Amino acid sequence: MSYIALSGQDQKEMLARVGAASVDDLFCCIPEDSRLRRDLDLPAAMTEPELLRHMETVAGRNTYGRYRSFLGGGAYHHYIPTVVDSLSARTEFVSPYTPYQPEVSQGTLQVIFEYQTLICRLTGMDIANASLYDGASAAAEAALMAQRLTHRGRILVARSLHPQYRETIRTLTKNLALAVEEVGFGDCGGLKSAELREKMGPDVCGLILQSPNMFGVVEDLAALAAIVHEHKGLMITAVAEGLSLGILEAPGKLGADIVCGEAQSFGLPTSFGGPGLGFMGCKKEFLRQLPGRICGQTKDVEGKRGFVLTLSTREQHIRREKATSNICSNQGWCALRATIYLESVGQTGLREIADQNIRKAVYAAGRLAAVPGVKLRFSGRTFNEFVLVLPKDAASAAKSLQAKGILPGLELAPFYPELPNTLLVCVTEVRTKEEIDGFAAALEEVLR
Amino acid sequence: MIREPLIFEISDPGKKGYSIPKLDVPADPSALEGLPLRADIPDFPQVSEVEVVRHFTRLSQQNYCVDLGLYPLGSCTMKYNPKVNDRIASFPAFADTHPLAPAGMVQGNLEILHRMEKLLSEITGFDAFTLQPSAGAQGELVGIMLVRAYHESKGIPRRYVLIPDSAHGTNPSSAHLSGYEVKEIKSNASGRIDPAVLEQAMTDEVAALMVTNPNTLGVFESDICLIAEIVHAKGGLLYMDGANMNALAGVARPGDFGVDVLHLNLHKTFSTPHGGGGPGSGPVGVKKILEPFLPVPVVAKKGEAYALDFDRPASIGRVRSFFGNYLVVLKAMAYILSLGPKGVREMAEIAVLNANYIRKGLEGVYDLQYDTASMHEVVFSDKIQKEAYGITNLDIAKRLIDHGFHPPTMSFPLIVHGALMIEPTETESRRDLDLFIEAMRTIAREAAENPAVLKEAPHHTYVRRLDETAAARNPIVAWDGRKA
Amino acid sequence: MYPQDFKFTKDHEWVKVDGDTAVVGISDFAQKHLGDVVFVELPAVGTKLAVHQTIGTIESVKAVSEVFSPAAGEVVETNSALADAPETINQDPHGTGWILKMKLADRGGLDALMAATDYEKYLEGLEH
Repeated sequence: MSYIALSGQDQKEMLARVGAASVDDLFCCIPEDSRLRRDLDLPAAMTEPELLRHMETVAGRNTYGRYRSFLGGGAYHHYIPTVVDSLSARTEFVSPYTPYQPEVSQGTLQVIFEYQTLICRLTGMDIANASLYDGASAAAEAALMAQRLTHRGRILVARSLHPQYRETIRTLTKNLALAVEEVGFGDCGGLKSAELREKMGPDVCGLILQSPNMFGVVEDLAALAAIVHEHKGLMITAVAEGLSLGILEAPGKLGADIVCGEAQSFGLPTSFGGPGLGFMGCKKEFLRQLPGRICGQTKDVEGKRGFVLTLSTREQHIRREKATSNICSNQGWCALRATIYLESVGQTGLREIADQNIRKAVYAAGRLAAVPGVKLRFSGRTFNEFVLVLPKDAASAAKSLQAKGILPGLELAPFYPELPNTLLVCVTEVRTKEEIDGFAAALEEVLR
Repeated sequence: MIREPLIFEISDPGKKGYSIPKLDVPADPSALEGLPLRADIPDFPQVSEVEVVRHFTRLSQQNYCVDLGLYPLGSCTMKYNPKVNDRIASFPAFADTHPLAPAGMVQGNLEILHRMEKLLSEITGFDAFTLQPSAGAQGELVGIMLVRAYHESKGIPRRYVLIPDSAHGTNPSSAHLSGYEVKEIKSNASGRIDPAVLEQAMTDEVAALMVTNPNTLGVFESDICLIAEIVHAKGGLLYMDGANMNALAGVARPGDFGVDVLHLNLHKTFSTPHGGGGPGSGPVGVKKILEPFLPVPVVAKKGEAYALDFDRPASIGRVRSFFGNYLVVLKAMAYILSLGPKGVREMAEIAVLNANYIRKGLEGVYDLQYDTASMHEVVFSDKIQKEAYGITNLDIAKRLIDHGFHPPTMSFPLIVHGALMIEPTETESRRDLDLFIEAMRTIAREAAENPAVLKEAPHHTYVRRLDETAAARNPIVAWDGRKA
Repeated sequence: MYPQDFKFTKDHEWVKVDGDTAVVGISDFAQKHLGDVVFVELPAVGTKLAVHQTIGTIESVKAVSEVFSPAAGEVVETNSALADAPETINQDPHGTGWILKMKLADRGGLDALMAATDYEKYLEGLEH
């Protein structure tokens, strides 16, 4: 299939107009020895029906959809209302670029402004940016932001922060004179406050703490923030499951200075991990150190309200190597989907969905922990995930459950060697009581 | 014209735009005990579904987009985004897969990633690719981090990265984030890197040269082989920003002309929709010497099965979660399979033909600071109009909106004052190219005859020129809570 | 147009010396070049400055400019009015748009600066 809109005649006439004898002539500035003098070794062009058939075949090799999945760990299955797909598919949202020309981009800009407002209200922060790539890179940006704000050389991260977020932070900070140290978790699953007290000091930028954390446990943000603030460090809260903000207190009200995380739960499919939606909000005094695009309200020459990209002097196209970040885009279309989702479910819907997540997970935890030999690993209160300890090797138990059509969750041992025989189980509103009961019954069988 | 209010301004308690099944597990009064619950979410809307639908439909109508017409943003490659690619990416068997699923359940996804790495390697002439970077800027960062890891493996990371003055701002920013100091290389009179200047700057303290080719003037660096030799002679590496790969695909391969590492922008060259700012995808291709350092994980094929390889001790690590913007990669792969080898080459050929056709139509009417041969884009400026009538590139851009087009990229590259950077792409018809040329010529006439109409443009949009100074002086980045 | 009792740097700062203190600002040329100023970042009072050390940044919508110290000394006062009205720099760059006052450590560096007439010549050179 070709998407060229010129006829052969057009091409001939246009070549003549530009004074080229052939198409090859157009590339005369590329030295001969740098030219490719053969066809690329690619599969032959496919027609649309052939392409669809081919892709359906490849898609068919994904068998994941046949399983009842209890996987979470940074990507979550939630119900997506039809309006999200239908409105976000409008080509006026899909096919424009970044809104550089505000007069013909008010749609995109107003959506971003509403998105920023929604993120501010959810997190309890004064300001928010127009989004970042994903939760992990947002956490890394937060670490660098804390370094710029405090001019300190160490940063603490909770060991209960998503392993991939920790890895990303390490990768992105390693050439920038910022030492990353971990703070462990206790038997409740929450951060060890004594260890935090020990490691915190006047040379520490702050703490990056996930809540609900990698084990689903809701942290005592206020108490931990107080310790960080004693040393004038910054409390950075990471939220990998955005939906939790629908019912849990806003981190901003519990002492957070920066809140970052992943908003995939708001209307985006799990998408094999991407694209997701990184978000970031902070206190207004940090505005000039906030990375990423920001949309602001203003007026036009006639006094009408309108929106523009603003504060771009923070960004790479003006400040070049001194910019707050090298990011030059946002996840515009993903932020649009989150905005449609949040505005559709609204105040009451978001709480109801979040509430169901907690209740179903509590029910599932009760059922599964009642299976002989199975225990909950942590005592702390959770959102929609919890950690089970099995009486035998989790990998083999998981295999047996998969044979029964159940994907029981994530084995934690590869990420946390100190947690052998454990499974991180996630239960969202899309899992039914029947499926949970079936999971418990199957688990009992495979452990028998 | 009607302005669409903010959703917060049309919200009323008691309205509802969703439905979810009743809770089906037994009521447990202690379920929420001990959790820090919020009282409410201030200002969160309560609206009906129809209000949501109208809100976003009306907002959508305030956007210009590629499907409405020519969108000649230079260096952004705003080509048509084939619909079938979006359809494929929405297959539930792709879109609803979980990134932590056992590899055996997502063989289709791993196959896509593995094959795409091979396709991109063939198109660009590299040995290996990582698809993890989320966008071009993240790709640059990965690329320069690979350079650093390479030099570290040889002993010392070196100190500087050389960057031409015509480069995109992300280049110096990415170099800085990788721990390098930036040294700028001045372009010569033809808008290219001068090998003599490079020779001077290139020392054994320089880790890499970052080159964009064709560069941001739309000019091919015809000394590229010599440039590569100069860099390599001092043990440095040649990085290429592949933002403009649309001009080369199928015609020349960076891997064949001395480049060691490059990033691509799948949302430019390979047609994935820009989505009003993202998501993009910025894969990085490397020569063998850099392969050990690629981000984890790498997709490996063992027999007929695909697996994820996390055991790569020399890897720079990961730069985000999971496997990158997978669905974007999938769309780009669908595009390459649609085009095939001849189609990929034709894409570059027509992109260059269309740009030169526009150049021919506007030469003499607008100033061309560098008259070197153009590839896929051409950079004019407002010099003629500014000197004669005080008309700036901003006025020209805004007036173009009245004529039904999106403006070109403005004021970039920095080495052309008052730049208007035009990239039509290969998917424009001759009729649309002619209409655009005609509009630009009309504007040049208007500049002479009626400059006021340009100064006040645009005239027919939902909002007119916006006060960006006020927005920056008194930033309002979230709703103030007052219903207008 | 440039005050005779000011001295100027090549980076377009001006300095007005009064005994052992000096007032520092940016020139009319600099403010015009920047365009509408939207934000000024000022150093803390008490900051010790060396000659040519960065003392802050001035931002317009599409540009950022660093301000360098024309002399060595200690910051004794900054122009707090700029926080709420950065446009003062555009309106009155040589007067109420001053940036900071410093106590001079030594006057050595000042001799190297340009007098108003020399600065005007210097600007003419830049325009060509």
